[in-house]
Amino acid sequence: MKKEPLAFLVVESQAHRHSSHPSLGIGDVMTTKKSTDKNQDKQAGITQEGRFYSADRLHAMHDMMLFIRRFEEKAGQMYGLKKIGGFCHLCNGQEAVCVGMEEASEPTDYMMTSYRDHGHILARGSDATAIMAELLGRAGGIVGGKGGSMHMFDVTKNFAGGNGIVGEQVPIGIGFAFASQYRDDKRVSITIMGDGGVNQGAVYESFNMAALWKLPVVFVIENNQYAMGTSLSRASAETHLYKRGISFKVPGIQVDGMDVLEVERKMAEAIEHARSGQGPIIVEMMTYRYRGHSMSDPATYRTRDEVDEWRTGRDPIARLQLQMIAAGLATEEEFKQKDKDIKKEVNDVAKAAEAQPEPDLSVMWDDILNDEIPNAYPYPRQVG
Amino acid sequence: MAKITYREALNQAMCQEMERDDRVFLMGEEVAQYNGAYKVSQGMLDKFGPRRVIDTPITELGFAGLGVGAAMAGLRPVIEFMTWNFAILAADQIVNAAAKMKYMTGGQYDCPMVFRGAGGAAARVSSQHSQAFENWYANIPGLKVVMPSNPADAKGLLAASIRDNDTVIFIENEINYGDVGEVPEGEYIIPLGKAEIKRVGKDITLIAHSRMTGYALMAAEELAKMGIDAEVVDPRTIRPLDEATILASVAKTNRAVVIEEGWRFAGIGAEISARIMEKAFDDLDAPVVRVTGKDVPMPYAANLERHALPSVAEIVEAARVTCNRA
Repeated sequence: MKKEPLAFLVVESQAHRHSSHPSLGIGDVMTTKKSTDKNQDKQAGITQEGRFYSADRLHAMHDMMLFIRRFEEKAGQMYGLKKIGGFCHLCNGQEAVCVGMEEASEPTDYMMTSYRDHGHILARGSDATAIMAELLGRAGGIVGGKGGSMHMFDVTKNFAGGNGIVGEQVPIGIGFAFASQYRDDKRVSITIMGDGGVNQGAVYESFNMAALWKLPVVFVIENNQYAMGTSLSRASAETHLYKRGISFKVPGIQVDGMDVLEVERKMAEAIEHARSGQGPIIVEMMTYRYRGHSMSDPATYRTRDEVDEWRTGRDPIARLQLQMIAAGLATEEEFKQKDKDIKKEVNDVAKAAEAQPEPDLSVMWDDILNDEIPNAYPYPRQVG
Repeated sequence: MAKITYREALNQAMCQEMERDDRVFLMGEEVAQYNGAYKVSQGMLDKFGPRRVIDTPITELGFAGLGVGAAMAGLRPVIEFMTWNFAILAADQIVNAAAKMKYMTGGQYDCPMVFRGAGGAAARVSSQHSQAFENWYANIPGLKVVMPSNPADAKGLLAASIRDNDTVIFIENEINYGDVGEVPEGEYIIPLGKAEIKRVGKDITLIAHSRMTGYALMAAEELAKMGIDAEVVDPRTIRPLDEATILASVAKTNRAVVIEEGWRFAGIGAEISARIMEKAFDDLDAPVVRVTGKDVPMPYAANLERHALPSVAEIVEAARVTCNRA
């Protein structure tokens, strides 16, 4: 039996044209009344697989996912208006991965990813205006207008990119884990790659060293099924990417990356594994990007039906909304209002970012070296 | 001053810096239990333990990147490449990550670290193990390139490189590892970006780095017998280059020969020649001449190998031509 989608639940407009799939996997949701945890009885929330999420936390997770969705839509729009240049990779559809991971980690844990980085840095809590300003190449951009879409960094949030070369961040990620082990400060390095990146040799060099030295690292593979235009099965002999660590004795788990609560729960376990000194672990997040690889990609290599199946049947935001409504934690009207508020917030962010000036030309010479050597050629800040 | 080898001098520099700064560690292939493929890290595992002297698998890209991440996280890695030939595998991390991390993060992260190892031609190891890559790295903003030509410089420059807050490409020379020279004991630092006049002369300037500095000094002795008094300038830091010392020498001698072991096309000699032309054209009494490695992959046979490399005789000949004394 087909169930009509609730209009307000579907947060991507094209998705309205088809019926949704009925199984959103909310059967395991329990309201707090059924919870066995006495301490939680007084508090509204959802318990999933024995893990309790308070209403406040659920709202925060929902709001962040929706914010990322609307932010990315805005970025796409600004790109279409040629206000954003270069490459721009959006993460619509993958929000549960961004938010669930962030929820499971400590602020002191390190995180780094590839160039599809807007959602991750937003989830980490970095300033959205600075991120949008970076996309626009403005002075107040999060890296001062020197990086653009692919190079978002925020040292105050322990977010180390934003790396443009596929797989490059993986050895860097184990370097952060090495530093953590060296100083014994118990920080975990959450090193994110895609199903494309996982085929780079650097990844296996990193798996090996991380396992050899039991480095505190969680290797997250965002499996959105396509490496640019190449489907997983055309690029990978072993398509179960969580098994890719077997030769290196790196355990792996597969997670429904469209379920923010499952992402949070499984990531918490993985992070605990790494933090407790048991070494690295792979977490394969099964997810999907609704948009093309980048803004220039019409994504003709996949069918409309396939895209709609993910958008309408498995959308992470709609899913959480259904769960929260079922648990009596929110209403349809509240979510509608929230969406309006977030859209306004994103518009304000875009306006504020756009109002910023471009960087001063003088900053072109900044941030190349820490220790400039004034009397040697090439002379600092000089042509010739 | 004690007389020690080039490799012992490098070892002293690393030990000195590791003793004063716990953030400094040495990582690479065979650096710990084996005491270094070229014995540069002899005894360091015993002295500092496996936390700070770390053997890696043969995985250059991986451990170079590990070093980049560790540096970003606040440590001071010394990453050893057994030779710079193998560092090509790690070029992504050096060029795409370390060199531009400070820039593309708007100054939020940086990579204060040293990549070091043997560069230049070794002996009888053919094409893949005898190459000079300093010009590759010297081309890139964000990197410093340092090449010592004798034991004292090896110690002072490596210590300075480890202490430097940027990414330093430190290229040693395998043939020089056994060279013996006087090296100051205790803490010894040579500032980066400073050339040194290795021999004072008045008739011609020979500019040479790394192993070629020794060749230039030998050539200068030959030239002296012919009545040509050559000045030998060793830049020591290739990037950034102390061209003031070079230009001052050329202003005095009015003639220059630039010597390098690497290939001629777009080499270090090309850059130095261009700078002399740009900045000291009126000082020149003759065109700058370059003596370089021949434009061929390094052959194995002893005679072919000798033929492919610059020789003292070639430097002497180039200097005589430049001095109009051929």
